[in-house]
Amino acid sequence: MTASTQQFTTTSGEASQAGDVVLDVKDLSIAFPTEEGLVRAVSDLTYQARLGRTLAIVGESGSGKSVSSMAVLGLHNPKRTQITGSIKLDGNELVGASQATFQKLRSTTAAMVFQDPQSSLHPFHKVGRQIAEAYRTHHKVSKAVAHKRAVEMLDLVGIPTPARRALQYPHEFSGGMRQRAMIALGLVNDPKLLIADEPTTALDVTVQAQILDLVNDMQKEFGSAVILITHDLAVVAETADDILVMYAGRGVEKGDAKEVLARPSHPYTYGLLQSIPSATDDGTGDLKAIRGAPPSLLNLPTGCSFHPRCDFQPLVGAACIETLPEWRPTPGLTNRQLRCHLEDPVATLQNDEGAK
Amino acid sequence: MLTYILRRAGLALSVILATLVTTFVVFFAGPSDPAQSLCPENRCNAERLQAIRVNLGLDRPLTVQFVEYFKGLFVGRDFEFAGETTHCGAPCLGFSYHTGRSVNDELFTRFPNTVVLALMAAVIFTIVGITIGIFAAVKRGSATDRILIGGSQVFGAIPYYILALLFALYMVTFWRVLPQYSAFSEGAGVYFAGMIAPALILGLVTSTSYTRYTRNSMIETLSMDYVRTARSKGISERRVLVNHGLRAAMGPIVTILGLDIAALLTGTLITEKIFEVDGIGRRALQALFDDDLPVIMGTVLMAAVIVVIFNLIVDIGYSFIDPRVRLS
Repeated sequence: MTASTQQFTTTSGEASQAGDVVLDVKDLSIAFPTEEGLVRAVSDLTYQARLGRTLAIVGESGSGKSVSSMAVLGLHNPKRTQITGSIKLDGNELVGASQATFQKLRSTTAAMVFQDPQSSLHPFHKVGRQIAEAYRTHHKVSKAVAHKRAVEMLDLVGIPTPARRALQYPHEFSGGMRQRAMIALGLVNDPKLLIADEPTTALDVTVQAQILDLVNDMQKEFGSAVILITHDLAVVAETADDILVMYAGRGVEKGDAKEVLARPSHPYTYGLLQSIPSATDDGTGDLKAIRGAPPSLLNLPTGCSFHPRCDFQPLVGAACIETLPEWRPTPGLTNRQLRCHLEDPVATLQNDEGAK
Repeated sequence: MLTYILRRAGLALSVILATLVTTFVVFFAGPSDPAQSLCPENRCNAERLQAIRVNLGLDRPLTVQFVEYFKGLFVGRDFEFAGETTHCGAPCLGFSYHTGRSVNDELFTRFPNTVVLALMAAVIFTIVGITIGIFAAVKRGSATDRILIGGSQVFGAIPYYILALLFALYMVTFWRVLPQYSAFSEGAGVYFAGMIAPALILGLVTSTSYTRYTRNSMIETLSMDYVRTARSKGISERRVLVNHGLRAAMGPIVTILGLDIAALLTGTLITEKIFEVDGIGRRALQALFDDDLPVIMGTVLMAAVIVVIFNLIVDIGYSFIDPRVRLS
């Protein structure tokens, strides 16, 4: 199967081997003009996704995770969206690119698995046909060949009796099966980048692990880059290589996924980790929460967007309110960057944890 | 599937029966006197009127009359006129009080005219309405959208009979842009040409509601996740709109379409009257003025059958559109 999927690889681009950068996002800002004002969904976002690696983008609802990823596929209405900065997908600049450019790159270079497979598959089209359509759009093959390819893909993502299943409608599939079909759809043209937008949120807990395993297996099989958008830190721990933590449209911390989870250096990441209930808790204590609520994207706080909710802001003082912290390497850690004014964030957060 | 059809058929029969009983009762409950409308009081004396009533069988109890009528539908019945017996085979709708012709004849010679008018109008309003609706949905919020929707609302807000009258007056009578209605017996060419005017105005006015249904349905569908999925596959925007958007938006439209065509097939009173199309609607109207019970019952029965059949067609058709709907 591996051999047969590899031979379909036809896209040429800059990235070809593991570790190469497929997606290079620089200073990306996305805003939506509304009647109430400009909604700044993403501000100055910079990150890279590499072949063979999984990047987790983590943050609360409204932090800009999905909005920034949808821009990679050009899924925002250009008339109602202001996008600045740069998105380079396999060498192609996508900010300001034409619909024709996007149509060529969608599914072949970058594909997306959406959150809710129930609503993301067309209810009136057979599952096999939906996958075959994506294949035929980019390959000059007959319907029969495309259908065969669809069945192969369903088989590959672990759907039993794929030939029969291909002729069924999405409502005849279980939730987990539908998400498998979505993954098959995402991978049918062997894209270099697969964006999975909260792929397990709408699924049963028992199925979530299977889907994550599948995403991991498929990444090994196809060697693609994966961006995993999630707010579930347990998912990150299990699957991601790299992590980008977002808050109010900005990246606040990035680095190796396991290291960041083990030793967060940004107060927001720290707060997120603190708010996870522990399996060893006796279950009687209160859950820790980050105080306050996420800011309105219509009216972002000055300086560091997180300052109104940050317990450590008094340690720094006015700088948090006045100036936006720039990306810098975290002092004392290798391979870690953050946006925070704290002088020694690692020590500060460790002291705080020790105090509790 | 078989039980489904049987159940639907049973339901259909009871709907039709209920319609017939209601019409019958309403007719006799109202101030209707077929004998008087046949022969006004100033021309006929009381005995003469009573003789007409006896002749028509109107002197018998309602239940007997209804049972007779109902029996005629299934097995036929015999009529006695001036000592002569005429057999009326099933399904017997009786004879018109006024023309003396069999109601079956009266209706079935006119039905094709109504069908032609209804179908021509339906072609116009589906094509015009759905096309404009899609266009407005795709351009929603823009000036084009507002002009299209605003225009169609203005057009739809003017009372239909005024629009149709003005249209007939100017386009057919004064300016003679479009030919007048003439019977099929005068040639297929002039017949269909004569249908253009009534079908056009009926179709255009009806299309305004289809514009709105289609626009709303399309806007709703285009915001669906599966349209985003379709777009993310790299297929052309036209394909996204038609194969994915419109395909899903058609469900509610087809439902209304089926019921609207059924309504048109039961007769378009105003259009047929204004354009002098010799259809079911015009005949029914005349029967109402005449207190012509058999013709009224006949048109009502026919309308009920058409509506019931189209309801069934819509339900079955819907299961083809939406695979989630199973007929059971």
